[in-house]
Amino acid sequence: MSNTVEIRWHGRGGQGAKTAALLLADVAFKMDKHVQGFPEYGPERMGAPITAFNRISDSQIRVHSNIYNPDYVVVVDETLLHTVDVTKGLKDTGAILINTENTADDLMPYLNGYKGKVYTINAREVCMKTLGKYFPNTPMLAAIVKISGIIEQEAFLREMENSLSHKFAKKPEVLDGNMKALKMAFKEVR
Amino acid sequence: MSLKAKDINDQTKWQDLTEGLKIFEPATSKQFETGEWRTQTPEFNESKCKQCLLCVPYCPDSCIPVVEGQRRNFDLMHCKGCGICEKACPFGAITMRPGK
Amino acid sequence: MSTKNRMSGNEALGEAIRQINPDVMPAFPITPSTEVPQFVSNMIANGQVDTEFIPVESEHSAMSAAMGSEAAGARTITATSSCGLALMWEVLYVAASSRLPLAMCVVNRGLTGPLNINAEHSDSMGARDSGWLQIYAENNQEVYDNMLMAYRIAEHKDVRLPIMICQDGFITSHAVENIMLEDDEPIRKFVGTYEPEHYLLNADEPMAMGPYANSPFCMEAKRAQVQGMMNAKQVILDVAKEYAKISGREYGLYEGYRLGDAEYVLVCIGSACGTIKDAVDRMRESGVKAGLLKVRVFRPFPGEEFAKALENAKAVAVMDRAESYTGHGGPLGAELMAAMYRNKNKAEAINVIYGLSGRDLTVEMVCGLYDQLADIAVNGTKGREYQYLGLRE
Repeated sequence: MSNTVEIRWHGRGGQGAKTAALLLADVAFKMDKHVQGFPEYGPERMGAPITAFNRISDSQIRVHSNIYNPDYVVVVDETLLHTVDVTKGLKDTGAILINTENTADDLMPYLNGYKGKVYTINAREVCMKTLGKYFPNTPMLAAIVKISGIIEQEAFLREMENSLSHKFAKKPEVLDGNMKALKMAFKEVR
Repeated sequence: MSLKAKDINDQTKWQDLTEGLKIFEPATSKQFETGEWRTQTPEFNESKCKQCLLCVPYCPDSCIPVVEGQRRNFDLMHCKGCGICEKACPFGAITMRPGK
Repeated sequence: MSTKNRMSGNEALGEAIRQINPDVMPAFPITPSTEVPQFVSNMIANGQVDTEFIPVESEHSAMSAAMGSEAAGARTITATSSCGLALMWEVLYVAASSRLPLAMCVVNRGLTGPLNINAEHSDSMGARDSGWLQIYAENNQEVYDNMLMAYRIAEHKDVRLPIMICQDGFITSHAVENIMLEDDEPIRKFVGTYEPEHYLLNADEPMAMGPYANSPFCMEAKRAQVQGMMNAKQVILDVAKEYAKISGREYGLYEGYRLGDAEYVLVCIGSACGTIKDAVDRMRESGVKAGLLKVRVFRPFPGEEFAKALENAKAVAVMDRAESYTGHGGPLGAELMAAMYRNKNKAEAINVIYGLSGRDLTVEMVCGLYDQLADIAVNGTKGREYQYLGLRE
């Protein structure tokens, strides 16, 4: 159990936080990990705060409860900082990753005195420069892979290229944009 | 093989019933003598009958057999003695009498 | 060959149904089972199965159509949850008494009152006396495996009863987990084609189904129906053994986890069993002889087997994810304790209501319960016989 990494995602209905959690589970699975990816069980409504979870482990995962003491928290929408206690239960040995234009110092007042590491990424900028559209999932996924170290970065990129080239076989430009977004996110997360 | 409907009665043990009480033959209702329920019986006066066949569709139990366009005498094994045929007949060819 | 994959519980059902390729699926959507008919519809559109999908206007109609198609001689499947299952109620009993081996995916969700959509067993527990077989899954793997075994059990000539394949709504139905999938070929061979002995569309054997049977026949008919349920225990074990030859995964009527020498045992159904296993390991690390009896088969109710497996226990907590409103405990508690009494078990036993409407059960909560059982073994149950876990009070 101790080798299990637990991640909690905060987003708003429709932004794809659940999809991001499932994508991360997918990639980790392909790296031979045992995975769980699930939303907080309930109705999903566009714009309402939602939570999704990941467990990633080297051995079988049996537990079926929500995650209360995550190693990592990912905040896909910065506005949630004002309404949701995003650092609740977050381990000080872990980290929080926030999608924002601001710096970590700017956001500290909203993190309830969290003592662990705070990472930020401007996912909108990454998206606009690489995809031309705002899909925060892609950069957030790369950023959490980098800071958590659960998957080796090069292997992650290979796997993403592989699965995206299947998915977008008829739209190579989408593949290119997504790959650029992932690589840029690796550099931009700070 | 499967039990026939005529072999199933209120003495049959649970082990001997068909699965789900399914019945593996058609038209088994013919074997059931509903005529036993009758307290009055229709009598057919052939001389008054014009073979208009109005009585036939009125009979709720299909107890008036028609052969080659002619009605025959009642099927008393299944006739329950309701008397509708007597009312339906315009020529007084059917009379209900008490008893079987 | 088994292949590694990852998917949600509902996707696992979809995969199993694709391999089974049933003849007919009448269904009406309801959360959290909606994805199941959705996946089947997609597979039909993609030509992956030749199932006939019947869109219906309600669950009562879904079950009626399912009964009709099964009676006609077609292998039939449907899926539902919660109030959908409740709306089928009347027809459930008819399907069972007509001995129609259709299968239903039940994605467990609480019955309304108050309105909610989350995991609870009140829907299928409410239907526990309808004459259907019921098998419950802990995780997506078991959902898949149970579904593949369903028809072999239900259609067996000694059983011939409809079967519910149950899993916890959202907790497994919508959670992606690792899973091992089997190849199509051995599965299709294992499942086989449906060759009903008697069916309505057989022109060579005109037949009648569902006759009126009042007091001279009804009691005998019901006793005969129970026999199918009793026979199912052995059939479930035989089918599981055969399935293990393909998959390498073995299943019994229940699963004992560190149960052999356990002094304190939880008895539970469904996804919470995984959480309890982690708690058992944690308790064992601190020297407490904790164990789990996971109920897999609830109908037929293997009361004798359960009670025997609990003979060495000092204290037992029977976990119910459903309230019976008897003021006396939940359904599993009532039935299991009756079985323990019949078997003259010595253990102290309590009945714990947990997880209603998706209320979370954590490893820590379970550990607390094992601590309580250790105390009960010494000091007796003392007013703790029927209690709620995870309740604000």
